[in-house]
Amino acid sequence: MIEFRKEFFADERDDNLNEVGKPTRRQDILGHVTGRSPYFDDHLFDGLLHIRCVRSPHHHARIRRIDIAEAQSMPGVVRVLVGRDVPRNLNTLLSLLDFGIDDEPLLAETKVAYKGEPVAAIIAETEAQARAAVARVRVDWDVRPHVLDVEEAIKPGAPVVCEVYQTNKFIYHGKYDHQKLRYGDVEAAFARADHIVEGRYQMSPIEQAPIETCGAIAAPEVNDRYVCYTSTQALFFSLGTAAKMLTMPSNRLHFIGGTVGGGFGGKVDSLHEPIAILGAMLTGRPCKFAWDREEEMQVGAPRGAERWYIKDGVARDGRILARKFTGYFDSGAYTRLSSYAIIKGVGHLPGPYTIPNVHADVYCVFTNRTPATAMRGFGITGVDFAIEAHMDKVAEAVGMNPIDLRILNSYRDGDMKAHRRVAKNTALIECCQVVADKAGIALQASSRAASSLRDGGGERGRLPAHTALDQKGTVTGIDTGGYARKGGAPGRPAQPVPMPGYSMPAAATAAPRPPAQTPARPAATAASVASSQSTTPPPPPAQPANTTDRPRQGAMRFSSISGLRRR
Amino acid sequence: MALHRGRGFAAINYPIGMNLGGDPSQALVHSNPDGKFTVALSSIDLGQGMKSVTRQIAAETLGVPVADVYVDTADSDTGPHCMGSFASRGTHRVGNAVIQAAQEARAVMLQAAAEELEVDPADLVTDGQGNIHVNGAPSRSITTMAACQAAQFKQGRTVSGRGIFLIPLSEVDPETGEMTPVSCFAHAALLVEVEVDDETGEVAVRDMQSAYELGRALNPKLVEQQLVGGAWMGMSHALWETTEPYYPDRSHGPVDFNHYLMPGPGDIAPHHISVLERPAPDGPFGGKGPGEMCANPVLPAVANAVYDAVGVRIDELPITPEKVLRGIRANGGAKPRQRLARGAR
Repeated sequence: MIEFRKEFFADERDDNLNEVGKPTRRQDILGHVTGRSPYFDDHLFDGLLHIRCVRSPHHHARIRRIDIAEAQSMPGVVRVLVGRDVPRNLNTLLSLLDFGIDDEPLLAETKVAYKGEPVAAIIAETEAQARAAVARVRVDWDVRPHVLDVEEAIKPGAPVVCEVYQTNKFIYHGKYDHQKLRYGDVEAAFARADHIVEGRYQMSPIEQAPIETCGAIAAPEVNDRYVCYTSTQALFFSLGTAAKMLTMPSNRLHFIGGTVGGGFGGKVDSLHEPIAILGAMLTGRPCKFAWDREEEMQVGAPRGAERWYIKDGVARDGRILARKFTGYFDSGAYTRLSSYAIIKGVGHLPGPYTIPNVHADVYCVFTNRTPATAMRGFGITGVDFAIEAHMDKVAEAVGMNPIDLRILNSYRDGDMKAHRRVAKNTALIECCQVVADKAGIALQASSRAASSLRDGGGERGRLPAHTALDQKGTVTGIDTGGYARKGGAPGRPAQPVPMPGYSMPAAATAAPRPPAQTPARPAATAASVASSQSTTPPPPPAQPANTTDRPRQGAMRFSSISGLRRR
Repeated sequence: MALHRGRGFAAINYPIGMNLGGDPSQALVHSNPDGKFTVALSSIDLGQGMKSVTRQIAAETLGVPVADVYVDTADSDTGPHCMGSFASRGTHRVGNAVIQAAQEARAVMLQAAAEELEVDPADLVTDGQGNIHVNGAPSRSITTMAACQAAQFKQGRTVSGRGIFLIPLSEVDPETGEMTPVSCFAHAALLVEVEVDDETGEVAVRDMQSAYELGRALNPKLVEQQLVGGAWMGMSHALWETTEPYYPDRSHGPVDFNHYLMPGPGDIAPHHISVLERPAPDGPFGGKGPGEMCANPVLPAVANAVYDAVGVRIDELPITPEKVLRGIRANGGAKPRQRLARGAR
């Protein structure tokens, strides 16, 4: 049952449009309901070869030797791929955004860091033959100790999961082993709070569970190009990743996709396209690489687990005076997209509430499990679970109706948020009021009278007079790229966002940034530094000399069009 | 042994688009000789309705009926760059790119019409039914088909347009976390009613009442399917799903849909949805994007409802019968709270 409550914010809308706002039938519905919409797996070429991976049975092991001789002589086997067959066998997804260090091989060569990590790929005439040959690849493993818990993984002496990040923590801004949020002074506010409410929350790993498992079919096209039919959620992201790992100009790749049997974030990792294309390159025949259901569920990247600790300082009347977070994202064995999700999560704190003192330390932690990736609500869903379960505890501590508590603390137009931008276009209060009304819950008079449009701003719109800063978790000697780094690239004024409507568009909205200097990018290890408290941070530690610069040669760079730094 | 009812509440907001910006999408629009338009994108329709909502946006902007527009997606040889279908960015980013492209094509179509009608193009309006006429003088008109034919066969004009939408990348202060994460937020509040069996620990969701604010609902049917499906996913996350049931231990991982638990048709609760529409100033016709956020409030609301029903706080998802039962036993039995009962204060 659905109703559209047009009376809310009616003066902010023109509801007299011709097509927008109409319940028009989907353009692609006939194909879907008649089973005729073509998915990637409907492009079954004559002579199609099938690819299956040989996977690690161990959480963590060194590879002494991979013996493919017997597998190569199995019936139907056309070719066996190993790491050295991949032209550029190291990548991190966000290198296309100039963020993070290449940390993950397509096919592991020297070690595996999670159970299920691929070390070889069999290309055979049939899938059954490929499966049979997988069982005949002999790997000489040197099994190493492993670590699976995020808080164990960051203790000194824990097994090193990913060689690039020796302390099992992603490095932010080349400076800290976590992302900070500092707004006001939580410790001072805790001291004057009437109640302290603390909690620990654990979000579990979750499978995106699309009906169509991830996969790609690649084939040689005429004129020295390759066509790739793919289930990707991000066509040019996958194309760019394939072009980089295969060291191939992007225009020799022709990617076709667009009808996908469910994604939910699980189809951005771009693992299938490079292997399928590499197979087509080395065999000269069409190749299909797709996961079966077991792979989709156990080696396909899930929504990562998150652990959150929240501490609130609350006044007797229910106002939350301070909120402190410590968060651990379980990234699994490699970075994929978790480091990015943490920045998104930090920008979201402390939830849709106006709290004058907020503090967060959020860590991207490497463990010996399947790497995590995006899923619906990436970076937000887990911490929203923590925040809203915590709000229930706060309501109980102060003896308030949980909905009254939300409305009392809700952000409103004009309020300052913890990431230091003013809130606008808010509507949390109205949502709370509508649900309370429908559910027959009697709110306080002040909650019924509240509005997102009123009583925000003013004192609530000002930055805190004092913010407590610290240098806890300082790291030297590592550079994870220029993405979103303050002070990294020469600034330019923010471009105005074009306003939709009927007026003619202004000139191009994207202007290229001037090129920036290339900083050092040594593969040095991180060193942790003792924490300190001060209001004016000392200057950052000096960067080491530019001795082991590692140029990154992504075949395609979004940086040139997204205004990022170019190397 | 008894069944205990409980209610739980949660409220959330959700950032629309890729965090920090820096995520462009492009669109190309062109007309056939007879005024039928194609929108070329490389964006992906995952089933969320990307093709359909951009089609409506293009038709609205061009001023033609929706039947005169088809959207072609996801061919890297023909579709211009799009960052991808994730981060609730499709409607907002791609929709804005389509508006810009359609505005450029519309301007050419109106120029062509103005030349045919011997009027100033600024005086022309479209009626959304395939006609262009002088504002205030409907009899001085030309069809969009005739205007596009004239442009291409008499005047030598291409009725086409290019669009890109980019929110420039925001930087992040490593010391304070200062940043400009996104340009607009969707909102939701949701109340869940559950029934907890204190003998088995099983939790059944009996009813959901929600309010979602998602900017303008560009297609109310697509909004409805997103909200219904997304809330189901949230319920499933809360009570059923995980790839590692004993996280951080990796044992007992499911490998198929027999072992990966999800609610079936009999487990689905009635969901009473109210949609609020506060247009986003920078959204396409004010649209934000309901895709991801509709699942989020359900997870904590279910956890809070279980506490309300039997007095057990489950802070680790999913809320399995095992965890509920262990909690009830640790408390010496069910301890109903009933803090959100109808009429309670």
